Amino acid sequence: MNPSSGPPDAAIHETLGDPRLQTAIYSATQRLIDHRKNAVSTDALPAYQDLRTLANRIKRHTIEHLDYYLELVETQVTARGGKVVFCEDANEVADFVLNLAKEKGERLIVKSKSMTTEEVHLNDRLESHQLEAVETDLGEYLLQLAHQRPYHIVAPALHMTRYDVADVLTKNLGVEREVEPEKQTKIARATLREKFLEAGIGITGANFVVAGSGAVVVVENEGNARLSSSAPRIHVAVAGIEKLIPSAKDLAVFLKLLGRSATGQPLTVYTSFLSGPRRENEPDGPEEFYLVLLDGGRTKLLADPAKRESLFCIRCGACLNHCPVYRKIGGHNYPWVYSGPIGAIITPQFHGIAKDPWLPFASSLCGACAEVCPVKIDIPKVLLKLRAEVTHSGAKGPGERRAFRLWAAVMARPKLFSLFGAIAAHFAPRPKSGAWIRKLSWPTNLAPLAAWLSQRDLPPPAPLSFRSQWKSRKAAR
Amino acid sequence: MSARENILGRIRTALGRMPGEGIAPRPNFELQIPSVPDRTALFCERFEALAGKAHLAADASAALETVKAIRNGRTAVAADHPLLAETGILNLEGVEHSFPDAAARRQACARCDIGISSATYSLADTGTMVMFAKPGEPRLVSLLPPIHVALIPASSILAGLEDLLARVADPAAYSSSMVFITGPSRTADIEQILIRGVHGPGEVHAVVLTYR
Ligand code: SF4
Repeated sequence: MNPSSGPPDAAIHETLGDPRLQTAIYSATQRLIDHRKNAVSTDALPAYQDLRTLANRIKRHTIEHLDYYLELVETQVTARGGKVVFCEDANEVADFVLNLAKEKGERLIVKSKSMTTEEVHLNDRLESHQLEAVETDLGEYLLQLAHQRPYHIVAPALHMTRYDVADVLTKNLGVEREVEPEKQTKIARATLREKFLEAGIGITGANFVVAGSGAVVVVENEGNARLSSSAPRIHVAVAGIEKLIPSAKDLAVFLKLLGRSATGQPLTVYTSFLSGPRRENEPDGPEEFYLVLLDGGRTKLLADPAKRESLFCIRCGACLNHCPVYRKIGGHNYPWVYSGPIGAIITPQFHGIAKDPWLPFASSLCGACAEVCPVKIDIPKVLLKLRAEVTHSGAKGPGERRAFRLWAAVMARPKLFSLFGAIAAHFAPRPKSGAWIRKLSWPTNLAPLAAWLSQRDLPPPAPLSFRSQWKSRKAAR
Repeated sequence: MSARENILGRIRTALGRMPGEGIAPRPNFELQIPSVPDRTALFCERFEALAGKAHLAADASAALETVKAIRNGRTAVAADHPLLAETGILNLEGVEHSFPDAAARRQACARCDIGISSATYSLADTGTMVMFAKPGEPRLVSLLPPIHVALIPASSILAGLEDLLARVADPAAYSSSMVFITGPSRTADIEQILIRGVHGPGEVHAVVLTYR
């Protein structure tokens, strides 16, 4: 993590200068873009826009009555023989799992992919107590072995090549070097299969928590979440408190959007709807069920109606794929487990704006994220709100603030604007042969201007301003 | 104060709500059930598009022959479901079933090549099988063996997800586990290359019983 409050410039430049990585990010996100586009086309899903509107309304309703639905899910889970555990922060989640393992005498824990447990750094905590916690999603497993965090919400190991994978498997499992993804997958399957059958506790995330049913819904393609929730004796589902939806019927909206927005699948391979431990007459399944509900900074977003929308997110990853910033700098240059546009809005809100004040500025505000978001979160609006907060908190320095105040004053006064425009058009120095202004030796070398231009460039002002061209053309007619 | 009280307290303060306060009317919507003239045909088409293998069986003996051909002498474990008894599958030599306890079944599921089960419903428009855990329907038979074979009565094929949710308003009322299976287990985690059979079965067969 970056202790200073600025972006990790050196690491970003390293990513930008790595052609292999650039191609990997670009082609993986492009593939996801194409798949989504086909899956939500008018032919494939005529009701797409209506579903988005409905999804937004259902999430809004749930978040606006969150206390009610949390109490409802607690009642329902308890009635089905499960237990609900509320946790204030990441540490409390880790404490709960540790104590549970100790109390039940379990040493081996299998985990299926869960962004929420990534927030918690659960694995580190468990390992420091001699418990073994194994990630079982193929990508997450590789990352665990390589000690890295996910690069993308739905494609966690997007940045690794088959050769990286070969290195990781050989180093950690002592197997012979294997570079065929098909065979690499078989190696992982065999290793993890033993873990599934031995583990006493299985931890999953939850894509949705269905309040009225007291159930968690987990979607996946590999089958590791099914195994984690049905093979071990104890199933623990960890979810953020915002994951609630009122009832099973609402899945007709959310399941239709989630798979399509994430990978272009109408339904993922497995969708599990799990409500409590196995019942008396059922042949198999876990004997104990716990639903862990994590705040972890989420309640801080509730007071402000615009920011509250950040909690509607269903973690489909579409905004990452479509973000021109994510597609260049990749996932690991964001300071926390959530990257891309959604990371840029929730990280500073969950952790407080003072920690990573540069994040809301890591966006071109092009609006692509809001356009593809299946629950219609107005991400650019939240980014602007957060930018305003950073500015008001004084983090931006008096010089920059004064410069922008001057800019605003000029922009709001047409006469002043055209005067400055004319001056710029006449007197501005111009670099040679179509180059942009960063190529100039003056005045761009002045410290504040140079700093601002270090990440930006502009074409030089035209010799004749638009306004004067307009005037002379009108006169000529 | 406990985490629970703190969290609920912060939520209520932020939203201006009182403990025990009710809710505004929920956003309501109609479940639009897709019109599917031939559900069996659409199910088979979508299921195969996902690399599943669909078979039609016009009577019990055809179903039995299909399962025998898929099995081709390999080891198999079966759910104790009436449909499997009725088709004679449970009487096949070497098909393991009726275990004394869950542990024995689990071992068989971990050992065998093929798991044979039924499915409570199927969804035509996505090529999905819907499995409820209930007596005669264990979870692991469709999960641990590398090949999964499901017997599906044609009459249990629904148009789609909306159809299912209209019939089963609360799945939790029937079972602790409802699972949708849409094709073979897969991953694209290494270089976006599609690989089947990661943790779940890499080969999935649907034997559609057109006479039921
Ligand atoms: S913000 Fe929207 S587009 Fe981005 S991950 Fe969340 S739901 Fe998907």
